[in-house]
Amino acid sequence: MTYAVELLNITKDFPGIRANDNVTVRLKQGSIHALLGENGAGKSTLMSILFGLYQPTSGTIKVNGKEVKINDPNDATQLGIGMVHQHFKLVECFTVTENIILGMEPTKFGMVDIKSAAKKIEEFSKMYGLNVDPYAKISDITVGMQQRVEILKMLYRNANILIFDEPTAVLTPQEIEDLMEIMQKLIKEGKSILLITHKLNEIKQVADECSVLRRGKYIGTVNVAETSTQQMAEMMVGREVNFKVEKGPHAPGEVVLETRHLNVKNSKGVLGLKDFNLSVRAGEIVGIAGIDGNGQEELVHALSGLTSVESGEILLKGENITHTSIRDRFDKGMGHIPEDRHKHGLILDFHLKENFIIHEYDRKPYCKNMIMQQDVMDAYADKLIEEFDVRSGEGKDSLTRSMSGGNQQKAIIAREIERSPDLLLVVQPTRGLDVGAIEYIHKRIIAERDAGKAVLLVSFELDEVLDLSDRIVVLFDGHKNGEMLAKDTDDKELGLYMSGSKKGSEDE
Amino acid sequence: MKNKDALKISLLAILFGVLLGVVILLLTGRDPFYLFYGLVRGASGLDLIKGGSINPRYIGEFIVASMPIILTGLSVAFAYRTGLFNIGAEGQLMVGACASIATAVLFPQIPVVHMLVSVLAGILAGAAWGFLPGILKSKFNLHEVVICIMMNYIGMYLANYVYVQLPGSDTSRTALIPESASLSNSFFESLTNHSRLNLGIFFVILAVLAYWFIIEKTSFGYGLRATGFNKEGARYAGMKVERNIVYSMMIAGAMAGLAGAIISLGTFNYGRVLSSFENYGFDGIAVALTGACNAIGVVLAGLLFGLLKVAQPILQSVGIPKEIGEIISAAIVLFVAMQYGIRIILNKLSKLRHKKDAKEPKGEKSV
Amino acid sequence: MNKFAKLSLVAMMAATTLAGCGSKDDGDSKKKDCPVKIGFVTDTGGIDDHSFNEGSWKGIEKFAKDNNISTDCIKYLQSKGDADYEPNLNQLSEDGYDLVVAAGYKFNDAMANVSKANPDTKFLVIDTVIDSENVQSATFKAEESSYLAGVAAAMQAKAEGGNAVGFIGGEDVDLIRAFQAGFEQGVKSVDKNIKIYVDYAGGYDKTEKGTSLAEKHYSAGAKVIYHAAGGTGNGVFAAAKDRAKKGEKVWVIGVDSDQFSTGIYDKKENKSVTLTSALKRVDAVTEAVSKSVLDNKFKAGLQTYDSSNDGVGLPDENPNLSDDIKKAVEDASAKIKSGEIKVSAERTIAPGSNG
Repeated sequence: MTYAVELLNITKDFPGIRANDNVTVRLKQGSIHALLGENGAGKSTLMSILFGLYQPTSGTIKVNGKEVKINDPNDATQLGIGMVHQHFKLVECFTVTENIILGMEPTKFGMVDIKSAAKKIEEFSKMYGLNVDPYAKISDITVGMQQRVEILKMLYRNANILIFDEPTAVLTPQEIEDLMEIMQKLIKEGKSILLITHKLNEIKQVADECSVLRRGKYIGTVNVAETSTQQMAEMMVGREVNFKVEKGPHAPGEVVLETRHLNVKNSKGVLGLKDFNLSVRAGEIVGIAGIDGNGQEELVHALSGLTSVESGEILLKGENITHTSIRDRFDKGMGHIPEDRHKHGLILDFHLKENFIIHEYDRKPYCKNMIMQQDVMDAYADKLIEEFDVRSGEGKDSLTRSMSGGNQQKAIIAREIERSPDLLLVVQPTRGLDVGAIEYIHKRIIAERDAGKAVLLVSFELDEVLDLSDRIVVLFDGHKNGEMLAKDTDDKELGLYMSGSKKGSEDE
Repeated sequence: MKNKDALKISLLAILFGVLLGVVILLLTGRDPFYLFYGLVRGASGLDLIKGGSINPRYIGEFIVASMPIILTGLSVAFAYRTGLFNIGAEGQLMVGACASIATAVLFPQIPVVHMLVSVLAGILAGAAWGFLPGILKSKFNLHEVVICIMMNYIGMYLANYVYVQLPGSDTSRTALIPESASLSNSFFESLTNHSRLNLGIFFVILAVLAYWFIIEKTSFGYGLRATGFNKEGARYAGMKVERNIVYSMMIAGAMAGLAGAIISLGTFNYGRVLSSFENYGFDGIAVALTGACNAIGVVLAGLLFGLLKVAQPILQSVGIPKEIGEIISAAIVLFVAMQYGIRIILNKLSKLRHKKDAKEPKGEKSV
Repeated sequence: MNKFAKLSLVAMMAATTLAGCGSKDDGDSKKKDCPVKIGFVTDTGGIDDHSFNEGSWKGIEKFAKDNNISTDCIKYLQSKGDADYEPNLNQLSEDGYDLVVAAGYKFNDAMANVSKANPDTKFLVIDTVIDSENVQSATFKAEESSYLAGVAAAMQAKAEGGNAVGFIGGEDVDLIRAFQAGFEQGVKSVDKNIKIYVDYAGGYDKTEKGTSLAEKHYSAGAKVIYHAAGGTGNGVFAAAKDRAKKGEKVWVIGVDSDQFSTGIYDKKENKSVTLTSALKRVDAVTEAVSKSVLDNKFKAGLQTYDSSNDGVGLPDENPNLSDDIKKAVEDASAKIKSGEIKVSAERTIAPGSNG
């Protein structure tokens, strides 16, 4: 058996932490090898070593059986290694062709020869069924298409070993299907693929082998066909995991949140949310399904008060809060777990205890006569840390920045839930978190619903929306495109609504 | 932790700055001992060559030189904690000095009250000069740096204009202010062998305490720090970010205005028509940076830069050009700005130390 | 942290004491040989300002050279800002300098304070007056050098076929009016009918105003302008150079120091619009006062420097003056010295008019 890539006994130390500890991964020629692990398990570090961004502390790398030293990404490209990053590296205002040839432009009489490059790209595109228009502008094509441009970029550079870093995070279910097919085609043409992911069903679907990392340590490699997802999950987490979200039947009560004909402009100054009507009742979770950029941000910002509303009304418990301040909304019973915990959710340079009181810091009991009450703050922090199991190096005095993503998220959830809001606005609550943290956070959200609170969940993870929600509203191009009970639908149907290929009712 | 790191970086930067000075002295064939000599004499008056005792006048002048830059340092640091870059301390200082002098010249000579009102006028004028960039930033999102630079010039020329209009002024300065408005104090002067040490020192101490108290202890400071660390996060949490920006610039301006009041009412006792900036504001940036924007750090950095200032003539008198002192000051700022490089050195140092200790993996990454 | 602190301390000590033992007492032994020690404090302009600072220091250097005194016995300190004046003066006093010199009215308060605090040190302050037992305040009879400037201006104007000259002052104050007065008298001594245009810019840094006023004077037919306006004078020079480049024959008379180089408009040919300059001979003053300290003849109080003691006058080199004019100026100078001509400091022409 020949191997395309062999990473042998790789160890990588960073100051104070060992990111990879004696990891061995072998990618067979012409196969798909999945690299599975939770966030922070060391997958990205390992791939960065293969791509020449880091040097291993010890261990050897072989490509096509020969020992190599990869000093920088140029070396990697020379060796036929290409990478599709999680966040695409494309120039928005350039065409597909311009993006692909960037850095190695073919010239003719000293001029960039776009035509011949475009022709070559078209050939590749046909060969692998990518269906990309070489002259389209990046800003005009979908995220799925952009990913294909990244793939073409690798192919154009004659890469034989392709690394995909979490490729499905940004795709619709249909696009994911297409990507899986494309991968199969690539294999048929003799390419070898390393797939980095934490989604088990995708591994099950396409991968031949799967290597598992946990906290930098190499756990083992399994044959995917012979291993169940449950088994792989346990290897990844190190204990038994429960995938199924346990949830009782829902008993909706009073309407807590209502929007009427809401129109909101986006950051570019055009309407991002159009004529949107929604109601969320006490004791139910309403999920907003949709692909990123279809009006979710506008909706959430309008509800929380971060953006002003163009027209329409927002009612909280019957009271019009359309034009009230952010603070007022918190006071009137809104809780908000924001999408971006670093940008909005937390002050990363604050101590953990300071982040817990961010809404109430200038009020009793945390503050008397303008002076912060340290002891009250400490006691409150201890209580939340205990109750929500927020772990960190130095407890309440930890610098928030030094905490892991999961614990940062838990801190936000603790803060928002402890205030016991009537409406909980939850956006992407588990993005980038590992299985353990996801399990916990889902339980907490359901507990809020069971306690009679109204929950509005916005998530780009379709599974999450399906698992948690009682009712689902699909957003497409700023419109409501379908509304249904979660138990009556599945990801196939939702995917059609989300991509706009099926038209739903604008209103019930 | 974080503060400790900042302290180490500052100390290393100072060390490197001095070392660079030593290297330059050696390269230019001068005896580096004189650098040490100059610093000691600047701080204490102790003459290591001739011997003799400590001369308190030097100590007094050392403090006099440090006071305004500690205050402008606090000014820059305060704004910085709110995420603003107050490059306008120079102008705030100038209008502060001007308002103090105008009040001192025009206000009835009631003992104590006259002095307090004059100082207060300087503080308020500085605050007003900070208010403008603050409000323009928060309402129209104009960059405070651009506005502050403009305000520096407006401040200087406005102050010059006002000085000349005051009764008793000639074209280059105002008349001496009445004694009842002066911060000069005969007790301090006799204590320090006729230095210009004055009551301003009490105001400086108050300002340092106020800085520390506001930032660390009050809910207002909490809001300002939140805004400084993460403006979007503070807005999300429901804080009035725009209001915080305005207040922060006003307090920063007040600190610089106080510096102006102390210079004019304490050091000179008259107002000076200036043809160019005196760089107290820019020294303040260096002080704030070196002091890592924390109260004690700013005081220490202010004293250090004050020492370099008073040591310069002494260095000149032993044949070291004033440029060397300036190179050292500049190098310190440069090294502080090169935090990243210094962090690498610190990491290397800590690695060496870690090698002795048993290796223990850090468990912070777990959930 | 401990280790770090120790490391820093050791390095700091090593750095500062390194190689520092060899020459420590050199300074001391040299200074013991000084018959007299002279110290000088510059204002913010610096030692090479082509003006008062540079001139004063030149005089002190010349004194040291002529009297065979080591250069280690004279020293200057540069001031970075106004706030440095007092500590710098103090330092030189405390370091045992016999005479401490400063030039310019800006030193007024600092000199007053320091001289009181150091009664055993002698001080010389130039161009401002301080009433103190141990301070000599040197002032100049500017009207006398201005008289000579007037003579030169009037003769040059006539030689160019014109019948008018100009005077541009800085502030309209007594000090500057004396320049105008001397100039008027000098001009009228040549020809009573020559017109004199008089204007004040209202400041010493108003370059633009200087240019526009000079344009006005030249356009009205003035051939020579005498300026007593500091930096504003640079605007006068600018206007003159502009015209000179176009081939016009116009001139400027400089003030305080020799401004020949300021007036150069053709570097290759070394052509300057500066006819001559009315000098305050600060170098003569510092030299003379230094000498007086050496000879134990130091005089405190107000001392006026005029033609009689070469305190004011025109430069030794005047490339642009014709022999006729040189001779006339020398005659006038001799007459002032002898007292035959008395120059008044009272002007007769109101600014903005001509007479």
